[in-house]
Amino acid sequence: MSQPMYLDRLDTPLPDRPWKDVLDSTDKSLKQKEKGPWTALSKEEKIALYRLKFNHTYPEMKRPSHEWKTVIGGMFIVFGITGLVVFWQCHYVYPPQPHTFGEEWQAKQIQRMLDMRINPITGFSAQWDYKNKQWK
Amino acid sequence: MFRAAVRLSVSGARSLTWTRLGCTAPLAQRCYSHGGKQETDDEFDARWVNYFNKADIDAWELRKGMNTLIGYDLVPEPKILDAALRACRRLDDLASAIRILEAVKDKSGPHKDIYPYLIQELRPTVDELGISTPEELGMDKL
Repeated sequence: MSQPMYLDRLDTPLPDRPWKDVLDSTDKSLKQKEKGPWTALSKEEKIALYRLKFNHTYPEMKRPSHEWKTVIGGMFIVFGITGLVVFWQCHYVYPPQPHTFGEEWQAKQIQRMLDMRINPITGFSAQWDYKNKQWK
Repeated sequence: MFRAAVRLSVSGARSLTWTRLGCTAPLAQRCYSHGGKQETDDEFDARWVNYFNKADIDAWELRKGMNTLIGYDLVPEPKILDAALRACRRLDDLASAIRILEAVKDKSGPHKDIYPYLIQELRPTVDELGISTPEELGMDKL
């Protein structure tokens, strides 16, 4: 961290140090040629000079990755495992349902609520047609 | 990925300036929140042109200048880029010159007509100094 670091960042075009610090003799001679007029450099030499100083070009920095497939795939795997855990739990962990959840009990409960006229104006009993004995 | 830069965030105002004046680059906007004297666009440009025109500019100053300039919410005017490219020449640094052109193309974001305009304005300088644009070197493709 205390040394100058190279970093490819879109908002930092010129990093603290060149990509290739250690130059061999061909690189050194190319760097010498760079001191002269740049019109004398061929396209390959210009590209070579760029690659000495920088790792990725801007399009290479902005290239899309396949990371999203890993993320979505991992997400679904976790959902799957969670689903299995929940299923096992329902089967082995939960106690039996209270008897008040049964069909017969629920039917008697609803009849009692209607007899008591629960929320007769805008709520429960308001939905029941007392004359025709059916839901509105 | 980890990129969170918001580029040309006031793009509404930018495009107004853009279309009204025809084919000019977006103007710089520097706002001092303490309410002091506002720097005009020309003063901003002149300040940066002076910075890069320093005869004995060193590599650090070039890097610092460019990184700061790219950090602003604007695309630099051609005259600033011209001074920066000439500074690269004084430092015998062709790679940085090409990198600067890549950076301003990226800075334009979705406004695809800014970069061709900049290249058109910089064409004399680029030809004089012998800089090849990233397109000429085939480096604008993956």
